[in-house]
Amino acid sequence: MARLQIRNLEKTYTNTFKAVHGINLDVADGEFMVLVGPSGCAKSTTLRMIAGLESISGGEVVIGDRVVNRLQPGERGIAMVFQNYALYPHMKVRKNLSFGLRLQRAPKAEIERKTAEVARILEIEPLLDRLPKELSGGQAQRVALGRALIKQPEVFLFDEPLSNLDAKLRASMRVRITDLHKRLKDQGMSSTVIYVTHDQTEAMTMGDRICVMKDGHIMQVADPKTLYDRPANAFVAGFIGSPEMNLIAGRLDGNSFHLGAQSLVLPDELMARLRANSGSVTLGIRPQHLRVNTADGLRAVVAGAEFMGHEVVLHLDVEGERVVAVLPAADYADLDRGTTVTLTPDPGQAHVFDQSGGNISLSTSQ
Amino acid sequence: MSIPDTTLASAKALVAPVLDDTSRAQIRAERMSAFVRYTLLITVGFLMLYPLLWLVGASFKTNSEIFGSIGFIPQEPTLDGYRKGWETSTPYTFGRFFWNTFLIILPKTIFTAISCALVAYGFARFEFPYKKLLFASLIATLLLPNVVTRIPQYILFRDLGWLDTYLPLWVPSAFAGDAFFVFMLVQFLRAIPRDMEEAARVDGANSLQTLIYIVVPMLMPALISVALFQFMWTMNDFLGPLIYLSSVQSFPVSLALKLSIDTTEAFDWNRILAMSVLALLPALIVFFMAQRYFIEGISTGGVKG
Ligand SMILES: Nc1ncnc2c1ncn2[C@@H]1O[C@H](COP(=O)(O)OP(=O)(O)OP(=O)(O)O)[C@@H](O)[C@H]1O
Ligand SMILES: [Mg+2]
Repeated sequence: MARLQIRNLEKTYTNTFKAVHGINLDVADGEFMVLVGPSGCAKSTTLRMIAGLESISGGEVVIGDRVVNRLQPGERGIAMVFQNYALYPHMKVRKNLSFGLRLQRAPKAEIERKTAEVARILEIEPLLDRLPKELSGGQAQRVALGRALIKQPEVFLFDEPLSNLDAKLRASMRVRITDLHKRLKDQGMSSTVIYVTHDQTEAMTMGDRICVMKDGHIMQVADPKTLYDRPANAFVAGFIGSPEMNLIAGRLDGNSFHLGAQSLVLPDELMARLRANSGSVTLGIRPQHLRVNTADGLRAVVAGAEFMGHEVVLHLDVEGERVVAVLPAADYADLDRGTTVTLTPDPGQAHVFDQSGGNISLSTSQ
Repeated sequence: MSIPDTTLASAKALVAPVLDDTSRAQIRAERMSAFVRYTLLITVGFLMLYPLLWLVGASFKTNSEIFGSIGFIPQEPTLDGYRKGWETSTPYTFGRFFWNTFLIILPKTIFTAISCALVAYGFARFEFPYKKLLFASLIATLLLPNVVTRIPQYILFRDLGWLDTYLPLWVPSAFAGDAFFVFMLVQFLRAIPRDMEEAARVDGANSLQTLIYIVVPMLMPALISVALFQFMWTMNDFLGPLIYLSSVQSFPVSLALKLSIDTTEAFDWNRILAMSVLALLPALIVFFMAQRYFIEGISTGGVKG
């Protein structure tokens, strides 16, 4: 049992900077939770408070059924993988893996058995007698992973473990980590994971649930699909998804959205979800959910097109605002710069945010 | 100039067919300037080393020859200086004095390394009340001239009954008394990322275990320099033993050398010089031995990431 709970967690650094503002998070046993957010949003700070590497200014961290605030990192039942691997430079890989066990004075046979098993799982057996400086980045990260695995902790903590690797290696390590997590879970071992990243691809592909943070606040906690389809606010909407969701500021009046001199009649389906029908709002439509050259809609001027192979990213100009649309390459007929087209949102895929950024188009029934 | 000769040669072979007079003149000018440079370096190097060469040469000369000729190569090499010098004019041989020096250096060097590492670790990695003030006063002692504390220290050690023992010579160092070393290690530690220590804490190590198993190995190159400096300074220290030691039987080498000047009417310079050469040897040997570890330490201590 290794449920992790964070209650009203706060962090004020010694220079009086308040990095974390009373956050609450509940991570179920065996869950893969991703903390994601832009640089400086206090992901690392939060993770380090869970690990015990940073003091807690307020609130509690509960692992299993113990409040661990006052426990040393080694007593919390956690293991951590660092961005820079943090392998002990003077120890061979074998000793790096077994350092924790040797500190606990575990029996020699047990140390050897566990080291061998971890090395087998991570395919680092040929590297056991090398020094960290003799490893490539990917190998070093696997060793770092092994050092966490060998401890059989209740909670795994990862702080941007893949950000020093190149794109290809990152993709394969991503799969390796999620596979490992599934395997541990299937074997009934503790496998709760908190995984910090600023890469939304990692977040979307790896997380059972994702916690989006901004400036020390939690913006939304949800599974990837919900996060994508039903963002709670404009920040999450803009942060998740690539290219970014178009956020077009305008005015709502009845069932039409006014932008400069133009207006767009909103689909009935959207109107049915909407909790208000007037005032300044932001219309949010993902580039993939824009239809180009419909009978009517917003008039837009083509500003450029990027051909990506299977799709085309179209940059458009609507009343001075930059809007991006993604079209399947098959549907794309050459559009010159300066051509005027019309745009309408896919039914069921548009969002409306109020002035404070809250999503006012989430139907409660869904 | 670090271009390997072979590269130069092949480069020359490549350009040879198109060499015109100007580039030939250029190569000649380069050779000329290299010749001048090396001649100058060798001359200056020789001048710097001359006293040392003379010392070694003179230690094999007879006493009269030392003042009779200018050259440093002995005419009739003799080991007299070494034989007689080793016996000394005291009841003890020079071996005794070497042993005494060793008895001072050993605890001093070891305890300096241990205590300075502990104190530097504390300053570099922990937050505690008045840390800034304490560190500032540590640095302030660096600026304090040694002479100022001589007399109070002497009185203190006299009252402790430590006169004519080795204790005053090494005990202060065992409590990180050498602020310079602490400062040096703190600077070195600040440059080492904390990740490894944090990983060790997550692995369950307490502060002391982290220091011993993680920090000290990474600090090794710096600790070896500390030990090396301490070794050389102690070996050469004359004033400390002069003040605190009064019986000849406990004299270290530095004092014993002076002793041979004091006690004989006509100085046997060749004996003094011979013993000086011997006194130089330990420092040289230790330096060349440690140099290897020093360089190795730096390359393995390097942190990747
Ligand atoms: N020791 C410190 N003292 C004061 N402020 C700090 C300290 N460490 C971090 N901060 C501040 O706290 C905030 C959160 O930092 P944190 O390292 O947790 O961000 P992050 O989300 O991990 O960012 P990144 O994605 O760049 O790693 C930042 O604004 C940072 O400037
Ligand atoms: Mg971070």
